[in-house]
Amino acid sequence: MSKVVVVTSGKGGVGKTTSSASLGAALAQAGQNVVVVDFDVGLRNLDLVMGAERRVVFDLVNVVQGDAKLAQALIRDKRIDTLSLLPASQTRDKDALTEEGVGRIIEELREKFDWIICDSPAGIEKGAMLAMRFADLAVVITNPEVSSVRDSDRIIGMLDAKTLRSENGEKFEKHLLLTRYNTARAARGEMLKVDDVLEILAIPLLGIVPESADILNASNLGCPITLHDPASPAARAYTEAARRLLGEKIDIVEPTEARGFFNRLLGRKAAVA
Amino acid sequence: MSLFNFFARNRSAPVARERLQVLLSHERALTGRADLAAVLQEEILAVIAKHISIDRDKVNVKLDRGKQFSTLEIDIEMPEGTLHRN
Repeated sequence: MSKVVVVTSGKGGVGKTTSSASLGAALAQAGQNVVVVDFDVGLRNLDLVMGAERRVVFDLVNVVQGDAKLAQALIRDKRIDTLSLLPASQTRDKDALTEEGVGRIIEELREKFDWIICDSPAGIEKGAMLAMRFADLAVVITNPEVSSVRDSDRIIGMLDAKTLRSENGEKFEKHLLLTRYNTARAARGEMLKVDDVLEILAIPLLGIVPESADILNASNLGCPITLHDPASPAARAYTEAARRLLGEKIDIVEPTEARGFFNRLLGRKAAVA
Repeated sequence: MSLFNFFARNRSAPVARERLQVLLSHERALTGRADLAAVLQEEILAVIAKHISIDRDKVNVKLDRGKQFSTLEIDIEMPEGTLHRN
């Protein structure tokens, strides 16, 4: 039974695309058949983060409008063959997508893949609405920062009102993925703590991804971090989040940066994320 | 973190720079004719279809944008016996 996951946040720049690529890759590395779909029509970037930017021929809009077959638009990852990408159009705008067209493509993807990861655009407009519309569950990406938490709260409200599942009175799971988390700064009271965010948003926690230079490095190279540097704390956080999506019970531990100054002072060992 | 990884880490920015240069040079050049690949596919297929019957589902278009040159690859599977018809 395939699962459609929307990766969303409301606010931009919190890590939706990075998380979509990393969770998608981690699920594929766990042997699942995965497609990551870029819904950010007009401002596509998932292709770049996944290192497939030179290979885009057709895109989501071409398929919605019937100019290309789905199979022609899917780009298979060169590193893991169970991972595919459906890119967004760079030249159209979000009005080129229709609910009927997106629904048809999601149905077609359900036949081919175990996981369909929908990378939502920022905002609450049409693109974001269509990305969540046919989802079975949501991963809400939040930074421990006031504006991100507020926007996540808004998006959670929309997930409960505007998805097909919610409208039909079915269960709609929402998971929180806290990204760019800095345990040391949270401990010093400079940053919202995990529990602060959980108390405010009141949805279950899927994982905590540490703020990390490894993430920038991976996107520079166009390789999801779970593939590029699987032992890094951020990659481990994504890998474990993916395993939780697959139903495993793994305790969530606050990440500690192995290279951090304070950790070295305290003599802590490798990160646990 | 090993010393090797430490240096490898520092090398990713030039890779990012090069990837962006290649990508953006293509994107800027394509402004206004965004669907070049789609248009090419349609026109090439129309020419071929004048001579032989082809199944549109068995057409595969691949593109690889490079710094020096790009390749457009169109694979068309032709039905049995197509080329032997008199």
